[in-house]
Amino acid sequence: MPKTMFEKIWESHLVSEEPGKPALLYIDLHLVHEVTSPQAFDSLRMSKRAVRRPDLTVATVDHNVPTTDRSKPIADQISKKQIELLGKNAKDFGLTYYDIHSPNQGIVHIIGPEQGWTQPGKTIVCGDSHTSTHGAFGALAFGIGTSEVEHVLATQCLIQTKPKTMEVRAKGALPKGVTAKDLILNIIGQLGVDGGTGYVIEYTGEAIRSLSMEGRMTVCNMSIECGARAGMVAPDEKAFVYLKGRPHSPQGAGFDKAVEQWKKLPTDPGAKYDRVVEIDCASMTPFVTWGTNPGMVVKVTDKVPSVESFKTDADRRAAQRALEYMGLKAGTPIQDIPIDYVFIGSCTNSRMEDLRAAAAIVKGKKKSPKVQAIVVPGSAIVKKQAEAEGLHKIFTDAGFEWREAGCSMCLAMNPDVLKPGQRCASTSNRNFEGRQGAGGRTHLVSPQMAAAAGIAGHFVDVRSWN
Amino acid sequence: MQPFVKHTGLVAALDRVNVDTDQIIPKQFLKRVERTGFGEFLFFDWRYLPDGKPSPQFELNDPAYKGATILVAGRNFGCGSSREHAPWALNQYGFLAIICSSYADIFRNNCYQNGMVPVILPEETVAQIMANAKKKNGYRITVDLGKKQVYDNQSLKASFDIEEFRRHCLMNGLDDIGLTLKNEDKISIYEKKRWPELSGKK
Ligand code: SF4
Repeated sequence: MPKTMFEKIWESHLVSEEPGKPALLYIDLHLVHEVTSPQAFDSLRMSKRAVRRPDLTVATVDHNVPTTDRSKPIADQISKKQIELLGKNAKDFGLTYYDIHSPNQGIVHIIGPEQGWTQPGKTIVCGDSHTSTHGAFGALAFGIGTSEVEHVLATQCLIQTKPKTMEVRAKGALPKGVTAKDLILNIIGQLGVDGGTGYVIEYTGEAIRSLSMEGRMTVCNMSIECGARAGMVAPDEKAFVYLKGRPHSPQGAGFDKAVEQWKKLPTDPGAKYDRVVEIDCASMTPFVTWGTNPGMVVKVTDKVPSVESFKTDADRRAAQRALEYMGLKAGTPIQDIPIDYVFIGSCTNSRMEDLRAAAAIVKGKKKSPKVQAIVVPGSAIVKKQAEAEGLHKIFTDAGFEWREAGCSMCLAMNPDVLKPGQRCASTSNRNFEGRQGAGGRTHLVSPQMAAAAGIAGHFVDVRSWN
Repeated sequence: MQPFVKHTGLVAALDRVNVDTDQIIPKQFLKRVERTGFGEFLFFDWRYLPDGKPSPQFELNDPAYKGATILVAGRNFGCGSSREHAPWALNQYGFLAIICSSYADIFRNNCYQNGMVPVILPEETVAQIMANAKKKNGYRITVDLGKKQVYDNQSLKASFDIEEFRRHCLMNGLDDIGLTLKNEDKISIYEKKRWPELSGKK
């Protein structure tokens, strides 16, 4: 029987499957960060258990780390404690660990692929909902809670109910100036923030195939924002080229052997998904969120929607609350909205391609004097590469700050925080109330759109940028 | 884990859709490395004004909901981040069960891990419970996991679905790790098939 890629990976990882029970699934790679792991290690110690497969467990610090001068001690004592604790846990349990000073440190979802840990066909988990990022390589990757982190540490397995499958078919090519970020914002807008609940999404179609691996990661990254358990893309030559020669990719003849296996992963012709959704890419524009969840999104050429345009009473109340929180009036053209802050970073958009695209927009220009702008590379390696290409100069010449790698203002657990009422054009993935700081207002956009807004001081349609 | 068999308690209504885990427990409290003490920070940014006083606008601050153990909320509750701090906070605040028409997947899993029951009911039934709870006259319901039913002492009686495995674990207070470790032989066999070189190590 023809099978979907999801089914192939699922079935090859079944340790035990009994009727009427969730499956016991083997996990090939467990990524760990400082925020969702301390309690798991704690319980592990209390029950005198070891980490079953330290060789399949990789840890780094990203959520809390300051993005300013790292030679100075960390000022926030609670963050410091959490960061140090991960170091201790990694050492005690014998895990691979990229500490704050490691040349390989970075956001967990950036460094997995960068180091070659992420590979097609693997099951990958992390105590973080954006683990879906790794699905770009044809892996089954999803976020778990802290109890499940402990479960994987102790058993290298997870008890999982089989999700349903959804194909999201991106038809046509993305127009110029329209990015992977716009594509996924559009998909979330169309499906709604719970449209993917219970499903693993496989993205297919011309637009997906033409995306680089980095763009595919951006798309898969935000799968969770429509509620999907995971997002995935069939691996192809682009994925193989990306992985070749990475430190933890298979090496030498082993790589070619792995590629042979990886080529068997894509969904067989005729395989059935539980649901199929088609997305038209040719008519797509850059998108900007106006509200307090990623599904509250409109075209850059649109206006802030009115409360009455929502169908149900609950949605009208949610829209009303969102407008109030965001300090926006229905009917305001998106491009008339002034901004105070630009954040270019996060596991959604902080890879080389994102930084290059943003730099191309700001090159030779100056940021609006009313705006503060920070650029936070996703990893120390991205930072180094960007500097080798002179991107940091382009940013700093334009008045954008150039920072050290980490999650930074994506969730503002470190000192990079919006002040109440400040409005930010952000390349991150969540515009929830208070996400970037209590009272802060977040608009999700592509790196190009964020960069252009930083120069203009308000949103602009990047398609007409010159 | 505390077993959950049947519970009758006061219902608090949070009539909002898509309540995300960033609201349930804001990030500033994720720096704690303990598993306890999150209850006082539940819904922090909604619950307290910038000066630290309880916000009179926020539903759960209503004295009528004091001592509530069951939360009824709008659809897609617990969306967003995977933080288990969210169910910890709800549980430690005093909630033992949640009633909703849908949940985000990770949040629902996290509830199971902490002995809290995420009951799923049809929108109309949730709306009925919500309306009753919003009258704020001490509306109580029973969540009966044994019978897979929710009822009050008036006219409400609704059945709900829950995976048999999850129900069994909740009712017996079983934790997943203990169960999985009983499959140790199967895990070892699987590993040796995948990585023959591991033979003899484990
Ligand atoms: S960058 Fe943001 S979304 Fe990504 S892992 Fe860090 S905090 Fe989470």
